[in-house]
Amino acid sequence: MGSVYTSGNKGKGIRSDCFITLEKTRTKTPEILVESKVQVMYGKDIRKLIDRILTALKIDHVKIHVEDSGALPFVIAARLESVIRMAFGTKKEFLPDLLPQNKYHTARERNRFSRLYLPGNTPNLMINAGIHKPDGIILDLEDAVAPDKKFEARFIVRNALRTLDFYGAERMVRINQVPMGLDDLEFIVPHYINLILIPKCEHADQVIQVSKKIDTLQKTAKVNYSIWLMPIIESALGVMNAYPIALASDKVVAMAIGLEDYTADLGTRRTPDGTESFFARSMVVNAARAAGIQPIDSVFSDVNDMEGLKQNVIRSKALGFDGMGCIHPRQIKVIHEGFAPEAPEIEKAGKIVLAYENAISKGLGVVALGSKMIDAPVVKRALKTIDLAVSMGILNANWKESENEKK
Amino acid sequence: MRKSKKFDQLVKNAAGRIVPTIVNGQQMVPYMGIGKYKPTGRKAAPMISSCADYPPDGNKVVPSLKEALIRCGLNDGMTISTHHHFRNGDLLANQIFDIAKELGVKNLVWFPSASFPCHEYLIKYLEDGTINRIEGSMNGPLGKFTSEGKMKGLGVLRSHGGRYQAVQDGEVHIDIAVIAAPTADAFGNANGVHGTAACGLLGFALADSQYADKVVVVTDNLVPFPCIPWQIHGNYVDYTVVIDKIGIPEKIVSGTTEITKSPDRLYIAELTARFCDEAGLIYDGFSFQAGAGGTALSIGIYFADILRDRKWKARFARGGSNKYLVSMLEEGLTDYILDGQTFDLDGVRSMRDYPNHVNTSPFTSYNYHGKGNFASLVDIAILGATEVDVHFNANVVTHSDGYLLHGIGGWQNCLFSKCTILPVPLFRDRLPVLRDEVTTLCGPGELIDVIVTERGIAINPLRKDLIAKMKGSSLPIKTIRQLKKEAEDICGKPDNPGFLDEVVAIVKWVDGTVLDAIWRVDK
Repeated sequence: MGSVYTSGNKGKGIRSDCFITLEKTRTKTPEILVESKVQVMYGKDIRKLIDRILTALKIDHVKIHVEDSGALPFVIAARLESVIRMAFGTKKEFLPDLLPQNKYHTARERNRFSRLYLPGNTPNLMINAGIHKPDGIILDLEDAVAPDKKFEARFIVRNALRTLDFYGAERMVRINQVPMGLDDLEFIVPHYINLILIPKCEHADQVIQVSKKIDTLQKTAKVNYSIWLMPIIESALGVMNAYPIALASDKVVAMAIGLEDYTADLGTRRTPDGTESFFARSMVVNAARAAGIQPIDSVFSDVNDMEGLKQNVIRSKALGFDGMGCIHPRQIKVIHEGFAPEAPEIEKAGKIVLAYENAISKGLGVVALGSKMIDAPVVKRALKTIDLAVSMGILNANWKESENEKK
Repeated sequence: MRKSKKFDQLVKNAAGRIVPTIVNGQQMVPYMGIGKYKPTGRKAAPMISSCADYPPDGNKVVPSLKEALIRCGLNDGMTISTHHHFRNGDLLANQIFDIAKELGVKNLVWFPSASFPCHEYLIKYLEDGTINRIEGSMNGPLGKFTSEGKMKGLGVLRSHGGRYQAVQDGEVHIDIAVIAAPTADAFGNANGVHGTAACGLLGFALADSQYADKVVVVTDNLVPFPCIPWQIHGNYVDYTVVIDKIGIPEKIVSGTTEITKSPDRLYIAELTARFCDEAGLIYDGFSFQAGAGGTALSIGIYFADILRDRKWKARFARGGSNKYLVSMLEEGLTDYILDGQTFDLDGVRSMRDYPNHVNTSPFTSYNYHGKGNFASLVDIAILGATEVDVHFNANVVTHSDGYLLHGIGGWQNCLFSKCTILPVPLFRDRLPVLRDEVTTLCGPGELIDVIVTERGIAINPLRKDLIAKMKGSSLPIKTIRQLKKEAEDICGKPDNPGFLDEVVAIVKWVDGTVLDAIWRVDK
């Protein structure tokens, strides 16, 4: 009887996942047993995949038992690779094909109204996440993954980044707290990640360490796309250091606050009004604005309380935040509506854009609205507001025509 | 072409499916196309009865179910019918076959309007020859039993409307109908709105009461004559039996029909409602049918929101009723509920208390061999499917692995609505719902208008009007082949199940022709 290693999930309520047991044996030829919910339709396909992986990683003298609840190939591959690495300590990778449409990058200033947290070891929640159109999708390696599942989760997250289409959402990963989180980076940096969240950030040095490791890994992988950082402030010390953290690297595009841990650190509890976190939230907003990055609010954890969420978004926007986290797809719509530009804002932006276009068509060097001069940054913001309103369906794409009809 | 060991006469029908021409010794008509098969001749008729043979005081009560079955002449080879208005809380069907076993009766045909997991109990009687076959639905364990070729006779699957048609046309002759009644009088009048086992209505038993040779009403709530409303007329009834407990109330009406919490299914529901709205299918005075599934319930709620906003109302909503439909009636968002079965206690209460909550039967709603039925008057029908193929054909009875797992219910009948929409996930776990060809054909694609999935909406190319209306829409309109490719890109292309050359059941079309065959799975 050799040593036994396992990876994955099985049992009641588990869907689109599998549980793989690897046992070292004395027989060279691998023994493979597949029990699948989709045996008739994919039994052969699963076996082929396992053979390919064993061959690629040069593994023999093993008995592999797959208990499959309808896992997609990227999940089976991740489970098998992780269990092989546990058993043999090999560093050789088996990378599923990268979806061509996943090679996109995101802009520093893109909208980050909503970012949807997905537990990193629960693949069935990842598969359809993109259809709900959050601005960002976070594959979470930190708090949403049990300590003994941290290792195998990295393979799921890596394979998800390569093979799942998130339909244009900014592809994010929350790594573990530094220094443990530094080891997560090699699983994500070479795989077209857009943004990395650094949890429980208390010192600028943590951001610098992550940034340097990213540079090293990118150099090795010979890729040079932008990978943005979003430190999360989750403690009293983090709040006091918010400004230096925001300035720690030019990769930092946003800074978030995590209120569950923060309130625990203060020795208090979260309340609906949020009085206890008012100072911290204001500090984060102020530090982020001073550093020229986006301040992002904490999640609202009661997924059934839509009205509470709505009020929370209103307060959040009023405090100066540019977005917040969500833990369930149904929160996305409420968050987008709450952070969307409001009617007077759109109307004013429309006037500015028309005045700007008028000035250009007449060859004027100066944009004026009535008797007021308008600065370039104001025009830029107005253009962004209009684009956003159109893209969110609040403003008709032909708004100029109806504006002209009014005249 | 496939051959069958049990049945050597196989033909290809108009849908291109291979079907047997003789089933359980009876000559079959292969499917000929929609509206093509028009039988001539007269309907079946029951024997003439005389009041002289029935007690003038109206008291038809006999001491036990066994006594009633003996007096009905229970004998080998008879067809015994029961009904599914108690769903998984039915206590009657199993008792009937316990009695048959005790009396040593063999080769019975069980003709239920549907079967449920509680009927797994009957497998032992299918094995020992007490029951020869099921003509109705074979769900869950009974489906597995059938698919593995263990049933002696050949299973016959019919829609609710097809069941009425088969009885009316004389394809199925019911020897003894046993009707479970939440409330009845000694004369045999019965209803489903009163009593501890109240289930709403007894419409599925109507044909049986009208056409069976012998009719037994069984109740646990006997009231003095008259039992009002008399949904089943005592004038058709031979014997009344009173027992302690007719059904398990909490399993009859689940009380847990809730809108879905799954974000993916909610999104499909939202897309469906938006499609209906943009396509102009919703208007003041429209009508719709949405089933009891979580997604369908959510679509009903979106419809209600649209009606409320515009100060419109539906002329009628077709049930399966539930608390959401009842609240639409109470809020004045629909004039009528035309109900085929009630899914929760609010539905039962509403049917009892409101004249505008109307009990219907498969005769009024679904029977294809009638002078019309109202299924074709419904503007929007929302239905489910286990598989849909690139020709919009759909399957509701088998799983992609070839196993029977559901009955047809009213599904085939509802396809005749003005717009039939199937909101389905593109894949379940790893199983693509969109296929090159359905495993079993239950509904011809020409009757299925729209498929809504979480990754896009496909409109049947035959519906040029809908395609034109949706031009320029912001909704994700795609072709069905695009959707199938997306599913296969994610899941991989599935293998088809292996079947043995043996038919285990057939699927009837609404006109009694044979639409498809179900083959024995190769374990």
